[in-house]
Amino acid sequence: MSRNRDLLSKIGLRLDGRRPDELRRIRCKLGVFTEPDGSAYLEQGLTKVLAAVYGPHQVRGGRSKAQHDTAIINCQFSMAVFSTTDRKKRPRGDRKSTELSMHLQQALEAVIKSELYPWSQIDVYVEVLHADGGIYTACVNAATLALIDAGIPLKEYVCACTASLANNDVPMIDISHQEEIIGGPTLTVAALPMSGKIVLMEMSQRFHMDHLEKVLNKALQGCKDIRQILDEAVRLHVRDIGSSTGWANTS
Amino acid sequence: MFTTKVFIKKTRIGNFLKNVREHYIRDDIFCGVPSCDKCTPVESFLSSIHKNECSSYDFNHYLILDTNVILDQMDVLDEDVIGNVIILHTVLKEVKHRSLPIYKRLHSIIENPSRHFYVFTNDHHKDTYIKQNDGELVNDYNDRSIRKSCLWYMDHLPKEKFIFLSDDVNNRNIALEEGILACSIREYVSHLVNGAALEDKLSRKDYHIDSNTKDVFPPHLTNVELLNGIKEGALYQGTFRASRDNFLEGFVNVESLDDPVIVQGRTGLNRAVDGDFVVVNLFNKEDWISPSEIVLEDDGVAEENIDEVEKKERQLKKSAHKKKGEIKPTGRVVGIIRRKWRQYCGILQGGMDGVYQLFIPADKSIPKIRIETRQAEFLRTQKLIVTIDSWPRHSRYPHGHFVRALGKIGDQNTENEVVLLEHDVPHSQFSEEVLSCLPKLPWIITEEDEQKRVDLRHIDICSVDPPGCTDIDDALHCRPIGEGRLEVGVHIADVSHFIRPGTALDLEAASRATTVYLVNKRIDMVPDLLSSNLCSLRGGEERFAFSCVWEMDENANILNTRFHKSIIRSRSAMTYEEAQMTIDDKTKTDSIAESLRSLNKLAKILKKGRLEKGALVLASPEVKIQMDSETMEPLDVEVKKLFETNSMVEEFMLLANISVAQKILEDFPECAMLRRHPTPPTSNFDPLVKAGRHLGFDIKIESGKQLAKSLDDAVKPDNPYMNTMLRILATRCMLQAVYFASGSLQKDEYFHYGLAVPLYTHFTSPIRRYADIIVHRLLAVTCGSDCTYPDLLDKQKTGNLCQNLNYRNRMAQYAGRASVAFNTHLFFKGKLQDEDGYILYVRKNALQILIPKYGLECTLFLAHKGETSNIFEYNEEDQTQKAGDVVLHSFDPVKVRLSLNSDNIQHEKFVLQLVSPCISGFSVPPLSEIEKMEVVDDKKRKSANDGHKKKNKKRS
Repeated sequence: MSRNRDLLSKIGLRLDGRRPDELRRIRCKLGVFTEPDGSAYLEQGLTKVLAAVYGPHQVRGGRSKAQHDTAIINCQFSMAVFSTTDRKKRPRGDRKSTELSMHLQQALEAVIKSELYPWSQIDVYVEVLHADGGIYTACVNAATLALIDAGIPLKEYVCACTASLANNDVPMIDISHQEEIIGGPTLTVAALPMSGKIVLMEMSQRFHMDHLEKVLNKALQGCKDIRQILDEAVRLHVRDIGSSTGWANTS
Repeated sequence: MFTTKVFIKKTRIGNFLKNVREHYIRDDIFCGVPSCDKCTPVESFLSSIHKNECSSYDFNHYLILDTNVILDQMDVLDEDVIGNVIILHTVLKEVKHRSLPIYKRLHSIIENPSRHFYVFTNDHHKDTYIKQNDGELVNDYNDRSIRKSCLWYMDHLPKEKFIFLSDDVNNRNIALEEGILACSIREYVSHLVNGAALEDKLSRKDYHIDSNTKDVFPPHLTNVELLNGIKEGALYQGTFRASRDNFLEGFVNVESLDDPVIVQGRTGLNRAVDGDFVVVNLFNKEDWISPSEIVLEDDGVAEENIDEVEKKERQLKKSAHKKKGEIKPTGRVVGIIRRKWRQYCGILQGGMDGVYQLFIPADKSIPKIRIETRQAEFLRTQKLIVTIDSWPRHSRYPHGHFVRALGKIGDQNTENEVVLLEHDVPHSQFSEEVLSCLPKLPWIITEEDEQKRVDLRHIDICSVDPPGCTDIDDALHCRPIGEGRLEVGVHIADVSHFIRPGTALDLEAASRATTVYLVNKRIDMVPDLLSSNLCSLRGGEERFAFSCVWEMDENANILNTRFHKSIIRSRSAMTYEEAQMTIDDKTKTDSIAESLRSLNKLAKILKKGRLEKGALVLASPEVKIQMDSETMEPLDVEVKKLFETNSMVEEFMLLANISVAQKILEDFPECAMLRRHPTPPTSNFDPLVKAGRHLGFDIKIESGKQLAKSLDDAVKPDNPYMNTMLRILATRCMLQAVYFASGSLQKDEYFHYGLAVPLYTHFTSPIRRYADIIVHRLLAVTCGSDCTYPDLLDKQKTGNLCQNLNYRNRMAQYAGRASVAFNTHLFFKGKLQDEDGYILYVRKNALQILIPKYGLECTLFLAHKGETSNIFEYNEEDQTQKAGDVVLHSFDPVKVRLSLNSDNIQHEKFVLQLVSPCISGFSVPPLSEIEKMEVVDDKKRKSANDGHKKKNKKRS
């Protein structure tokens, strides 16, 4: 039944009233916790994510893991039990969480200048408070902000965005949970928007090769848009902190 | 802006889930009115030139419609008079939710620029979005949203006028209070300038039941009661099928029960119409009955009069009997979940005055419909289309309204139109957009084409088709290549070269799915330029083809198969008869004759091999109608002649199809379009086995092979036609062959029962079948001459496409048969003939007679309806009718007199009278004798004729 529902109405609006190339509303805040070295809160539509970064610090739990030339990046993904419509049984440690942790680590390793911190470790914890599609992308974006808040040197922003095909023809970005269920293959891309490098790409289903290029381009465009938003948030945050210490007045 | 929608939904298991969804509110949605200078102009079909003229308002205005207007009055909206309509998104969503067919129709209107419709997305607009209040019903909320949008429009464009049409009295009154100009559609249409014809089309939906009139039907249960009943298992739901012979009987196919549930009588059927999804209540087991065997027709003339129905009900009850073994679950309809009402073709019943008229649908399973019209006199001569609006409890007949007239009754064109409409065949002219996809003439073969294709112009290829065929899609060749090997090629018109995926032409062809052949008309799947010129493999012209070439040895074993696109030049386009003559004429030794001969030889070997594997040879009485080319009247009806060459061409087409099926399945295991013929359930064969047993043959049905063998063995030397009749019976036991996407079924279900091959597809007729075009595209990909496109590899889409193809094919087949039947009737009009026939079935009060010469199957009544004959004795066990010392068995040859009864212009039918064997008091003397008598005794003949007429009347 849901197959028959159009993801994109004939007037060109999606089910929630967005146009195909519009992101959901992104709201974010840096430095939400005091205990961790860096933290961030990010809302992408109704998807809400908290991220916290500890480190760089000494490698914990077995010295053998430590590397002489680089820092270990340790990611942990978890979903609050109340984040979905059905109460989740395990917040972390299940197959999906483990997979997402690994993917997150892969994306972050690509941007952190980890060679600056040999023999050390950086911990990134992300917690999904409310899941409404695009969990992974929200996590990557929140983790980026938390890393920036922690002052860890990054090569550039890493942003993630999803894209899909509406009615098997029109590419659309930032897929909500409802759109995920109704169908259509979802392409998740984590990219370095400034250099245009792709650090992770994943597809939930197959679609025809012909579509790949346009869907990918849309997703990359989405990443760039997200970077813009994150960048603004970071600048605002830095200005706020700066003004409290007084250096903003000098400039 | 941003807001959230929260709603609580019940899941299938019964849990309650809270759903939260985002809802974005935008400021970039515009009003679409051309005279507006506040909004950014958007693409909108609203026009400042179009004028809605209604005498109750003395100014030009735009219309805003309520949902109920669209749902009920779609036929009015279809008319060009009404334009400049603003459809609110709230309304659109509600329409879509309530009725998909209406939504589709509305959508096609919206897309038509000349109708000036505009969709305003009010629920995402910053000024017209309103929040649903706590405890507010969805309906009230929608009404409020609609009114809010009306007010916004009025406020936004004070210079323009907007009129809100609604049939909901409450909504209308509130709107009027709020200062919105509102009126009902009925009021609006009746004051519309040049809208007189529209009034007939208004739907007569009565929302308010007049409590004074007597109820004809018991009330339906409420939805909640129905759902609870189904859940508790007390009630059953299923599709209602009306009986064609008895208007007071029908069946409900319930999934959870093995047998369909019988429903009888007015209260039993309770306003169910054929196709509706209904809920039935089963009676206790002791009240169960077997299906009635009598034929009842609705002779009702007036609305109020139900005495006549009650009489018939009694008659039905009397005839109801409880035959052992045939008792079926019986019940009554207590509610209707979903109506499947569509538009019906038919005529008006004569003899009624006033604006209320009764309409008789051509489809006998549909009840008569009461309509209101002011042009009854004119409509009586016409075939018309009518749709049902409602069926209130107090009304004997459903209420409907007139949609449009098709043309004069009995006119060839009208009848063709009726056949096409009744079978849902898309038959409009090809649109400009479609025609623009065609290649420009003169069409030439470029060098690029030559490089891409294998040049086979030097090979002697020829085509063999029926006479008069202009869409030649297959050609053949065969030549020796040494070492006792032969190269055999089947060349199929390369239609997919011209029809590129995704173009308007492609979409149109996909929707038509097949070319439909009526007796005097062909409804092409692709425009004429392609079907009878560029794609048609005409003799002597260079054409593109898709070739399937085998290397075979003398015994027709395939050594090697290859597929490629090619350029061919057919040496000659022959008919079956010409080809046959060429083969038989020993003096001809040119390469064409030689290749035909070897093809013929190979075909025989192939056929033998196929039959040994268990392929069925089935028969169906097919006829060809000779038409007068000028008057377009049927001249003669004859059974199609078959030559050896027919079977030769068929054999190679089958072989090509099988080879292609294997190839595409290999490369596209998920999305290959194949054709399967399911094995029929054993119960289907009951009539065949029974008939065989009476004749002393044991028909084995365990497998196709055994069936084929036992059919071959069932031969009686004294009745050579009997075997053909058995095969006709066997054909009727079969299921339909269908297209499917390979990924949607298990491998063992791919089997084609009739042909006894594990894999089959359609490849050889791309000009007239869309399935073949898809197969061509798939095959073109496998041999590297074309690339894929997304939809081709989408299992789901292929599946949907297959469904459409299957539906259209079935309908095309029915349409073809209906057309033949109509023309046969036309041919027999006013004729009286004695013909040889065979008894196909023996029934309680009738014999089913097959007349092979005309491929006709008619009923010979032994007694009047509802009576048992005093001449004949029916033996149920042996399936015989006995009269005196004459015993009539199934398959017995008889002689019958054939005439056409035209009392009922919609359902003309043949009337048969027995000529021989002679049974005194029943049979009639042969025509030749009557002619002799005519001279002697004119009087006698007259009285006989009168008797004949009387009989007819009773039967009508």
